[in-house]
Amino acid sequence: MMNYSSRPPEEPAVHAQDLTVVRGSRPVLRGLGFTVPRGRITGLLGPSGCGKSTLMRAVVGTQAKVTGTLDVLGRPAGHPSLRTRIGYVTQAPSVYGDLTVRQNLDYFAAILDPGKAGADRRHDVERVLADVDLTGHADSLAGTLSGGQRSRVSLAVALLGTPELLVLDEPTVGLDPVLRRDLWQLFHSLAEDRGATLLVSSHVMDEAERCHRLLLMRAGEVLAEGAPEALRTRTGADTVETAFLRLVDEAAAAARTEESTR
Amino acid sequence: MTAAGALSLPRTTATAARVLRQLRHDPRTIALMLLVPCVMLFLLRYVFDASARTFDTIGASLLGIFPLITMFLVTSIATLRERTSGTLERLLAMPLGKGDLIAGYALAFGAVAVVQSALATGLAVWFLDLDVIGSPWLLLLVALLDALLGTALGLFVSAFAASEFQAVQFMPAVIFPQLLLCGLFTPRDAMHPVLEAISDALPMSYAVDAMNEVLRHADLTTAFVRDITVVAGCALLVLIVGAATLKRRTA
Repeated sequence: MMNYSSRPPEEPAVHAQDLTVVRGSRPVLRGLGFTVPRGRITGLLGPSGCGKSTLMRAVVGTQAKVTGTLDVLGRPAGHPSLRTRIGYVTQAPSVYGDLTVRQNLDYFAAILDPGKAGADRRHDVERVLADVDLTGHADSLAGTLSGGQRSRVSLAVALLGTPELLVLDEPTVGLDPVLRRDLWQLFHSLAEDRGATLLVSSHVMDEAERCHRLLLMRAGEVLAEGAPEALRTRTGADTVETAFLRLVDEAAAAARTEESTR
Repeated sequence: MTAAGALSLPRTTATAARVLRQLRHDPRTIALMLLVPCVMLFLLRYVFDASARTFDTIGASLLGIFPLITMFLVTSIATLRERTSGTLERLLAMPLGKGDLIAGYALAFGAVAVVQSALATGLAVWFLDLDVIGSPWLLLLVALLDALLGTALGLFVSAFAASEFQAVQFMPAVIFPQLLLCGLFTPRDAMHPVLEAISDALPMSYAVDAMNEVLRHADLTTAFVRDITVVAGCALLVLIVGAATLKRRTA
């Protein structure tokens, strides 16, 4: 057992080594190693199908056939004690369409902490409604909301109970620029004011600039990790997008040389 | 991990309340669930207008079959939706035990089944002159156990259905053979011995037998106790197997 009190800030929120996930007979993640520091926003970027969602599911503990080391908040991923400490938003909004927004939140709040007093739970629900700017829609059926609103309900569920780690799978897909800006402000305030750790995936490269740290993924492997400006400097690119493309080309070239020398 | 097996009462009741709340937003389904059995019984009463005895046996059997079929359909679709919408994955990533979820569903649909059966039994006994020698309360008890069996079977098959289309097709696959062999159309001992042996292994046969025991006997018979024990045992067994189909980690 690790000694938390002596080294809480240094210990990363997520630490992976030789992380491999197999789906069917196909490896989706191939021996990844990376860390997600605490209290920061880590962006997980890469093209669709590169394994971002699988990686997030592994961190949350819902992915089967995971091998290698994966420690989350000092415990092996999927440990029962982590279930109240992680907030998870799947790509498709996972809420009940035939319940109102408030009924959805009330239910998930009751599952999360049934021991909490009713008043505290209501307060928690009001707080997350305000966080995602849906207070005015609290009594609408989730199924009648627009796609963007529904995905914010899903995000609100993940914010219940102030989790230490938030795993958000493409939370800004399909949102207009104003909402996207507001959500990124929320993410920053969660990290900076409440000390939460965020792991946010996206395939939109312009969102990369808003993260403290990036994990660039391609075809089940981590191409690079570091701060956005560090990645830009390293590759001599103006934007993260160009940096990403250069890294992809480098990796492809390296693979070709390896093949020809073999 | 020991806590995962134990039931948490507040989480179970929260789940049951949530399922009922979902139903409340769907009044048409509630109306169909509650009224269709009554309309069928009413229809049947006048189909057998000339032979009240036939209505007695078939009517009593149907009081046991309706809750089983309704709850089977509702549960298989509801849990399939839970699996496909991602809410199941979310719940299992939260501190919810599988038992809490299943017991919550059983509690909610059991409550609906009580209302449905009370309406159907009341209509049959008081308005359609269904001639029951035993207590109508026992009819209600059997109906409730049948509903739980339906919930259990629905939950179980939802694990094998990839879409609502497939889930609905499990109805003829799972329910119809039992319907044919349960003694509704012909007494079970008059069937071909092979079919009789198969019907001995199907839970719906015991549901119908139990109803007929109440129909014919004033007091609790040993056959009745055996029948309801088999139905309850099957429901419990299928619920446990159903729980095993809920996986926290999926591919």
